[in-house]
Amino acid sequence: MYPENLRYADTHEWARMDEGTKIVTVGISDYAVKQLRDIVFLELPNIGDTFKQGASFGAIEAVKAVFELISPVTGKIVDVNQSLVDNLELLKADPYDKGWMIKIQMEDINEPQNLMSAKDYETFIERESHKGGS
Amino acid sequence: MNRTPLYNIHVKMNAHMGEFNGWMMPIYYSGILEEHKRVREKAGIFDLCHMGRLRIRGKGAYDLIEKLTTNDISVLKPLDVQYSLVCNHEGGIMDDILVYNLGDGYLLVVNAGNRQVILSWSERLQKDTGIHAEIEDASEEMAMVAIQGPLSHRILQGLVDMDLDTIKYYRFNRGNIRGARCLISRTGYTGEDGFEIFMDVQKAEFLWSELLSAGKDCGLEPIGLGARDTLRLEAGMPLYGHELNVHTNPFEAGLERFVKFDKDDFVGRKPLVDVSRRGVSRKLIGFEMGERAIPRSGYSIVKDGIRIGGVTSGSFSPTLNKNIGFGYVEIEYAKEGLEFEIEIRGRCVKAVAVKTPFYRRRRS
Repeated sequence: MYPENLRYADTHEWARMDEGTKIVTVGISDYAVKQLRDIVFLELPNIGDTFKQGASFGAIEAVKAVFELISPVTGKIVDVNQSLVDNLELLKADPYDKGWMIKIQMEDINEPQNLMSAKDYETFIERESHKGGS
Repeated sequence: MNRTPLYNIHVKMNAHMGEFNGWMMPIYYSGILEEHKRVREKAGIFDLCHMGRLRIRGKGAYDLIEKLTTNDISVLKPLDVQYSLVCNHEGGIMDDILVYNLGDGYLLVVNAGNRQVILSWSERLQKDTGIHAEIEDASEEMAMVAIQGPLSHRILQGLVDMDLDTIKYYRFNRGNIRGARCLISRTGYTGEDGFEIFMDVQKAEFLWSELLSAGKDCGLEPIGLGARDTLRLEAGMPLYGHELNVHTNPFEAGLERFVKFDKDDFVGRKPLVDVSRRGVSRKLIGFEMGERAIPRSGYSIVKDGIRIGGVTSGSFSPTLNKNIGFGYVEIEYAKEGLEFEIEIRGRCVKAVAVKTPFYRRRRS
């Protein structure tokens, strides 16, 4: 269901770490994209910006609500997918590859991360969608 | 959580439901942007049952309403509808309403969140003044549905036994829709041509389905509160709780034309006379963003590093393909063309004050 080679946050970001460079690529899951419906704006940081784990590195705006994007690791932004900002359709079409948002260089490779496997994320989603209202 | 008579139909139609002022309402069916576009280009129907419908009758009904509201109902003939405001003793806005002259009384349509407030307030006013009028909350016995959009006239005409051309803007009449007696007014909250229909609550589901069938070929679909908000914002219409509340007066909200001083005393008259004489200290303005970030209620409006006001409503405008909003600014900054900034998540984003409404439909 969800790509096995990625790890997932309970705030719906996915992360893919390059073992060699310790650069983490971050995006959002297709579950999040579907929940957002009419996405009209994506705000991404600048290259060189630094973020602590758990801090907001940007925001994604649907017509009626804005959602903060949370960094899964502490580090410095080394690349930003600027073309995604002008082409939000990519989020629906390819959220795990062409829809990547930032590449962040980890400051401490031993930093504990609260990320789930694809299977655990799937379970998490099932529980989320059965909770309350719609 | 309250449910309207159409709740089951919304769920059956897979509406994405959400809470609005204590009511479980459809926020969208297919999506806000698509629904917004549909109303601008074709037509859509809206469940308005959550709004309040108060009937005022008796020989003192006229006097009570004159005292309760800021507008002048001496000009409101039978079959006329009038936009008006209910203010408190300080001149703060308690609700924006529509007043219908039914001939044998009046119908007040009030906002969903103010149903109980306005009912209690009217009852207290009636008791305090001793005016002979009966106030009845008819909200549960009457359902209310709107059909809005350029094709709404054609679609509704196919269902109703009277000539809709005879119902002019801000007028109403009674007719039969598929045998059900209805009150049909040419009013709306979208900036498009359309009608608001009142029917017996028992007929709500039936008429909702009949409208959808009749409008199928024209592309009629149900529309949720999400698009209702983006539509009214483009049309420059205020939303109670955002542009209007008890801390705002009609003059700073740009609604002075609905305040008539050449009528008998009404609640809030004195403070409003004072405001009209000395002027307002702040004013509601419309603005456009220079970038794609969306202004939202509560964000600060800033100029030269100083906070000059706050956003009351904001959204992406599908028709204009820009981000727009409303907000109050200190009076010296309330000028069309003035540039300022909106503070969005710690960043100052450029905006410019523009004339409203943001969108005006082409009249045929």
